[in-house]
Order: sequence, then structure tokens, then C-alpha cells
Amino acid sequence: MDLLKRYVPVLFLLAVVVTIQLVTHFTETTYYLTQLTMSAYYSIVVIGLCVLMGYGGQISLGHAGFFAIGGYLAGALTTHNLMTLKNYGFVSLLDKVGLLVDSKGLYGGDLLTVEPWAACIIAVLTAGVIAFAIGGPILKLKGHYLAMATLGFGIIIYRIGLASAYFGEADGISEVPGFILLPGIEVSGSFGARVLNYYIAWGMVIIAVILLLNLIHSRVGRALRSIHGAEEAANAMGVNTARYKLYIFVLSAVFAALAGVFVTHYNGGIGPSEAGVMKSVRYVAIVAVGGMANIWGALIMGILLNFLSLRGVFGSYDDAVFGMILIVIMLFAPQGILRINPWQQVKSFFSVPTPKSGKDVTD
Amino acid sequence: MALLEIQNLNRRFGGLHAVNNVSFNVEQGMIKAVIGPNGAGKTTLFNLIAGNLPANSGKIYFNNEQINGCKPFQIAKQGISRTYQNIKLFHGMTALENVMLGRHIRSKAGFMAGMLNLPWTWSEEKKIKEKSMEYLDLLGVAECADTEISNISFGQQRGVEFARALASEPTLLLLDEPAAGLNIYETAAIGRLIMKIRQSGITVLLVEHDMSLVMDISDEIVVLSFGEKIAEDLPHNIQQNEEVIRVYLGDD
Repeated sequence: MDLLKRYVPVLFLLAVVVTIQLVTHFTETTYYLTQLTMSAYYSIVVIGLCVLMGYGGQISLGHAGFFAIGGYLAGALTTHNLMTLKNYGFVSLLDKVGLLVDSKGLYGGDLLTVEPWAACIIAVLTAGVIAFAIGGPILKLKGHYLAMATLGFGIIIYRIGLASAYFGEADGISEVPGFILLPGIEVSGSFGARVLNYYIAWGMVIIAVILLLNLIHSRVGRALRSIHGAEEAANAMGVNTARYKLYIFVLSAVFAALAGVFVTHYNGGIGPSEAGVMKSVRYVAIVAVGGMANIWGALIMGILLNFLSLRGVFGSYDDAVFGMILIVIMLFAPQGILRINPWQQVKSFFSVPTPKSGKDVTD
Repeated sequence: MALLEIQNLNRRFGGLHAVNNVSFNVEQGMIKAVIGPNGAGKTTLFNLIAGNLPANSGKIYFNNEQINGCKPFQIAKQGISRTYQNIKLFHGMTALENVMLGRHIRSKAGFMAGMLNLPWTWSEEKKIKEKSMEYLDLLGVAECADTEISNISFGQQRGVEFARALASEPTLLLLDEPAAGLNIYETAAIGRLIMKIRQSGITVLLVEHDMSLVMDISDEIVVLSFGEKIAEDLPHNIQQNEEVIRVYLGDD
């Protein structure tokens, strides 16, 4: 019964995804699918962050950093030519095990690059390991201090991408090849694969949603919420709070990195703006609009706002819009926009504040 | 060997010697009370036992194992459970979910099992739920099982916190002022409940202000004053102990 309640919305989501594809097919507006695909990938970052923030009670202003670690590593490994290094033992060993691929470059030169699957695994593992390493010390911090520490991490990743030649400095990495997941299923931006990629992205979202829904309804999810509710008591009940916070941080970092890998292959490149602080703020803003501890809310707002942003609806005020959203949400709907009761808001806005009674006499 | 042994425990906060060379034992199956005027160091003592504060020196043994230096969650796993003077429940969760947290150390589904929703976790969850309902029932707060915790009365919250502590099936239960904020009827009910808990084989160590409750239910009493143990005896001897009367009522 509970399971049914949990998965029915997932089926509904699947139906909506198919319907949208069919509608765009018959109205010949398939160009929308490109932005919907990208929004889907960004939403994976958002729902991962939602579980960290809404359930684990920890904030991260560095998730664009994890997204960038995934994207940049996948991009760099599958793009940089190792041909000149072919005679070195390590490279030839990798080649022999089948982790490298030979191909022809744009101008006919021979290319030797890391196989996308291997690159994906390396990229995601790296993000996970970095999250594990920095999570240990910084998750001891709370509130503003944690926000600042994660912000610092995001800035470091941004500057590394911008400063190192390996990651293409201000130009980023381009000409990233497609990622063949299974024979015939390739993540790439090629025109003919638009519909396929739309379904790949949404398939990923659905898997991610199911995994996270399962998690929050499990023993671990309950423990995470208890940490959010009263950390000291959670610890006294036998919850290893430090470890749970660390694991959920790593998990959300892995989700972000995975999204980064896929977006990079889909776009055929990645640039420093993906690692920027404003991107991290955007993810946090979307989680807040969605209602913090609400995966569906985060997903819906993630799709909607990213789609509008990618369509250029916000124009050059893009980042300003997300900043504004954050302010407005914190002021008027800290529970998220989907739980808002407009009449209540208007009433309380115009009412004279009265002292709260009854509730605070308990101590 | 006693279940809990406290040896020469010390804790200072700057110049304040909050717990000064305190030693006593708690035998298996007894109800032991720690009393003392405000600021005597009772809650500090509790926080030292539960691992919320590190001791400056001294040792705490539980089941013959040294537990000072352990983290609170490790101490909980050893079989010590506690309640708080100013109730610490998990807000944003229902009463039932709060008690289910008490079963945390008695269950084992981890991140992977949770995310993949593995079939064996279903029966584990079901058992956690059933057991937790039993404890809510025992405390007489089953009717608020599905209510968010901030929407129930203070007395019910205390019941839920008790249920949560018992749900972990502890060997030793630490109760920090269980009767604080309760009226005389509720206090009497708590007293009966503590007796019942002891009958089920759980050892109880409590800190309490309410003298009538302490005198009624405890087997032994430790009296603290300014961080030092000034007496340890049976309840009726404590009532006649001149030193105790002096710290409670003043010199003349």
C-alpha cells in the first residue's frame, strides 16, 4: 500500500514525459526537447541536493563544483589525445585493458582517448572521494559556517577549471564525443538523437527519483530526518550522525557529478560557468522553491525554472531572477511554493502581529 | 561487578568544578536517584555518562567496559538510553516515527538497502513499526501516533520520549527530571511507570527535583552539592541525614 503510494507518482511522471514527447512530435516543436533534456539532468543535481538539505539538514553552496568535477573530468579524459604518450607503460597498459579508444579526429589525425564509460566512472568516483575527504571536516560546521565552507570549495573548483590548461581555461572543453551507454544508445547532442536523448535523460531522472524516494522512506531516511530534527537526541539514540551526514553529502555529490558527466557528453563540452557560484546558488534556490524536504517539489521546480532559464525567458537577468526567487521564498514561503496558501499569506501580511500564546509555556 | 561504575569523575567548566571527584555504583535492577540543589552538577553528571561531555578525569564503566571517551551513539549501542529534562524530540516527524528511531540500534538497513528498497528491509520496517506501536501503547500515547510531534501536549511529548528511550531496549535508562513540568497526578503515573520499567529488568538512574517521587520509588539515593557527593544511602536514611538537610534547608 505504502509502496503503491510511493510509485504511482513515478508512473504519472513517466506518462507526462511520454505525452510531452508525443505532443512536441505532432506539433513539430521537438526543439523544446533539447532544453527539457538539459533540465532533466540539472534536476538530478537538484533532487540530490534536496535530500541533503531537506532531509539531512545540511546546506551546500558548492554543488556546482561537484557537477563540474564530473563534467570536466569526463570531458577532459574523453577528449585529450594520449597518442603521444602511447609508448609510456601506464598508457599502453590502459590501452591493452581496453580503457582507451582509437578514433579519427576532426581533421583526420589519430586520436587515442579514454573510453567514456571508464571516464564516467573515474569522474564520478573522483567527485565522491573529494566529497568524502572535504565532508569529514566541513560537516562539523553548522548553518552559515557550513554554507561558507562549501561556497569556498565551489570557488576553488571554479578557479581550477579557469586556470588550468588541461581543463581549457576560460574556453572550457569542447568536441567532447558522445557516450555510448549500450550499443545503439548514445548520449550525444547530434540532431538525430534528440528524442533518444530526451528519454535517456528522463530515464536517469526516474531512476534517481526512485532511489531517493526509497532512501527517504527507509531506516536511513528516518535517521537523516532525526538529525535535522534534533541532532543531539539522534546521536543519543545510536545514530552515528557524523557518518550519516557525510554519506548523504557524498551521495548528493555523486548525483551532481553524474549529471555533470551526462550534460557534458550531451552538450559536447563544458565551460567554467557550469562551475560558477551562481550555479550553486541556483540549485539551492530551486530546492527552496520546491519546499526543502520535498523531492517532487524540487523536481517540478527544477524542470520548470531550468527550462525557462535555458529558453532564455529571464534574458540577461538570469542570475538575478534566481537571487530574487531565493529572497522571496525565504520571506513569504519558507515551506516552498507548492505548499503556499495564498489567502493565509495575504491575511497574515495585513494582520497585526499578536503574541504567541500557549506554545512557549511548556518549559 | 555493578552495572554502572563511576570512579573519581571530574568535570570543570573554567573555574567551576561542576563534578568534583564523584564515585558511585549502580547495581543491576535497581532504581537509583541523583538529587541535589540547583547547580549541584546533576545534569552535567548525566551528560558525562551519556557521552555528551568529555570528563576531565575519572572513569565510567558499563558492563565492565570503560565508556568514557566513547561517542553518544556508541554508548547508546552498548545499551544506555536517555530522556532529557527539556524533552528533545525530532520535530517534523510523527510520534510513531520518533519512537521508530528508538529501534535504530536494533535494526540494520543501510544506505544501499534503503535506496534499492530490498525486500528484506520490508519485514524489518514492519517489525520496527509494530514494536514502536507497542511502546506508544505502553505509554498510553498510541492515539497520537500519526500526529506531528509539535502538535501534541507536553505530557504526551514526555510519553513519546519515554517510549523512544524504551524502544531501544536499553539495559540502563537515564531519566533527566522525568517529572519536570508535570502535575501531581502525572508525576504519580510516571512513578508507577518507572517501577514497571524496573520490573521488566531495566536498571534506572534518574535525576529528579520532586522529592516525593524520589523517596517513593528509589532504592538508593546519591546527593550532590556543588559538584561533590555528600551522601549515598537508602531513602529514609537520606531524609534524616543532617548534611543533606543542611544543603537543602540552610544552616539554621
